[in-house]
Amino acid sequence: MIEVHNISKSYRRDSLEIPVLSNITLDVPEGEFLALMGPSGSGKTTLLNLIAGIDRPNTGSITVNGTDIATLNESNLATWRSHNVGFIFQFYNLLPVLTAFENVELPLLLTNLSKKERREHVEAALKLVGLGDRMKHYPKQLSGGQEQRVAIARAIVTDPTVLVADEPTGDLDRVSAGEIMVLMDRLNKEFKKTIVMVTHDPRAAEKAHKVMHLDKGELN
Amino acid sequence: MKIPFAYIWRSLWARRLTTALTLGGIALVAFVFAAVLMLSRGVEETLIETGSLDNVIALRKSANSELVSQIDRDGANILKTFPEIATTPGGKPFASTEIYVIINLSKKGSNDMGNVSVRGISPEALQLRPQVKLTAGRWFNFGQQEIVLGKSIAQRFQKCEIGQELRFGEATWKIVGYFDAQGSAFDSEIWGDVEQMGAAFGRPVFSSATFRLTSQQEFEPLKLRLQKDPRLASIELKREREYYEEQSKLMSGFIKLLGLVVTIIFSIGATIGAMITMYAAVANRTVEIGTLRALGFKRRSVLAAFLIESIILSLVGGAIGIALASGMSFVRISTTNFGTFSELAFGFTLAPGVVISTLVFALVMGVLGGFLPAVRASRLNILSALRSA
Ligand SMILES: Nc1ncnc2c1ncn2[C@@H]1O[C@H](COP(=O)(O)OP(=O)(O)OP(=O)(O)O)[C@@H](O)[C@H]1O
Ligand SMILES: [Mg+2]
Repeated sequence: MIEVHNISKSYRRDSLEIPVLSNITLDVPEGEFLALMGPSGSGKTTLLNLIAGIDRPNTGSITVNGTDIATLNESNLATWRSHNVGFIFQFYNLLPVLTAFENVELPLLLTNLSKKERREHVEAALKLVGLGDRMKHYPKQLSGGQEQRVAIARAIVTDPTVLVADEPTGDLDRVSAGEIMVLMDRLNKEFKKTIVMVTHDPRAAEKAHKVMHLDKGELN
Repeated sequence: MKIPFAYIWRSLWARRLTTALTLGGIALVAFVFAAVLMLSRGVEETLIETGSLDNVIALRKSANSELVSQIDRDGANILKTFPEIATTPGGKPFASTEIYVIINLSKKGSNDMGNVSVRGISPEALQLRPQVKLTAGRWFNFGQQEIVLGKSIAQRFQKCEIGQELRFGEATWKIVGYFDAQGSAFDSEIWGDVEQMGAAFGRPVFSSATFRLTSQQEFEPLKLRLQKDPRLASIELKREREYYEEQSKLMSGFIKLLGLVVTIIFSIGATIGAMITMYAAVANRTVEIGTLRALGFKRRSVLAAFLIESIILSLVGGAIGIALASGMSFVRISTTNFGTFSELAFGFTLAPGVVISTLVFALVMGVLGGFLPAVRASRLNILSALRSA
């Protein structure tokens, strides 16, 4: 379902070319829960961003659900993301001036759903993450773990093809991190979500079906 | 624009101190802008209201104000016989031959001298100008050296109490009353008997003559008749309203020009202020912008959101400015009218046109101030925006 074929990515800093990923090939079947581990600076986030369509490889192709996303122009790629990718960030990235409900509703504003349909979806997503009673709360009024659960609700509310999570427990205490991992596991098992998760946390990686290590531009 | 409106206004509210300061700057400029327009309208209205549609004024050809005009007695008498001129119930021609001169009086509260218009009138003048009403004392008697003062004169100049005397021309004039001319330019004049004035100022000729038409449509026929009469070759006729409208142009135009030059300079400051605020807003919300873009919002949605934010700031600022300026409707000021070089009292007039112009002006500030920051927001690279956490 996600086919990463022979991609290379390097960043340019001043006149210096810094290779980050070289000739990476990776297959993620549907329903997979994949954990990406590796030392800092090894390019985990870079690989995740490529799969999520917010970055482009220098060479190689990335096909998600049959679409070669490297060929899409910027605007089509944005539309593709809104339909196919659910983002979970380390620092949750909720908009502070919007309530939990409004944050979760954001991706639905890019669809043709009516207001009523949007409300149903948002309520369902927030109930799923256990925050049905916190819809009117602003991010500031929530704990880190709760914020991340709102972010997860936002990621799943459009029913995307793939969830990408970059260190989703990186900013959380042990208990909250555990809860988040239980939730991720449930999304994978119960709702058959394909998940690619970058993590430093071995406990988090335990929940994944498969753990891959990225080091010095190589994937094992 | 897919980004919810709540995001825009709550962001403004979240940084309310900066928002308030920016609003203050825009409101101040909008206030000055609106006040200038109101003032220039006030002048126009004061002068235009002075003229009546039923009246026609005779002046010397190419004299653009009464001050430099001369009409001799013969000319005035011939005009009075024309059939387009109405007659009073008493059977006399409905006309006032007048002398218009300028004198100096000391202002109240300082010893500065100010120019004051003095008008010598004929008995029919009061019927020609029904808006002029006595408010205190009595009207002057024709044949006597008595005067009646417009209310602005009474308020602004020394020794203008009823019963006191003023010296001007070659005579001493007794003040016998005050009149109110409903905010028109007559409020800034002193009225007396035209024959007494002529004698005192040594003037055998009139400055102007004002007539009541039998009907408003008779203006053109009257003009034609005048043109055909070789004895009246030096006389020109204008509708009284048009005459005062012309008089207002110089003054209101000057106020507008000066005022708008000043406000435009201010507005550059306010626009830069708005721009700085919006650049700061973009910088503070870089991660939010990156997140929105990652979720699939397009560049143009981001552009629109920030531009609208700036436009809201400017329109609210503009509205506050208008509200402040509307308080100025209660203020009347008096200054030298360049058309006649004499004092003219007028107010600030709030008209729908002023409101619209001010809002458009504020909108322009918002668009100019918000555009570059909004472009920067929309040009942000998703990855670097997300990284700046
Ligand atoms: N936009 C960029 N411009 C320049 N260099 C970049 C950029 N993004 C990433 N890099 C570099 O690429 C390398 C890989 O970065 P990446 O963020 O993918 O690492 P990572 O494995 O996610 O590390 P961490 O575990 O610390 O998050 C690093 O050396 C980083 O400095
Ligand atoms: Mg990383």
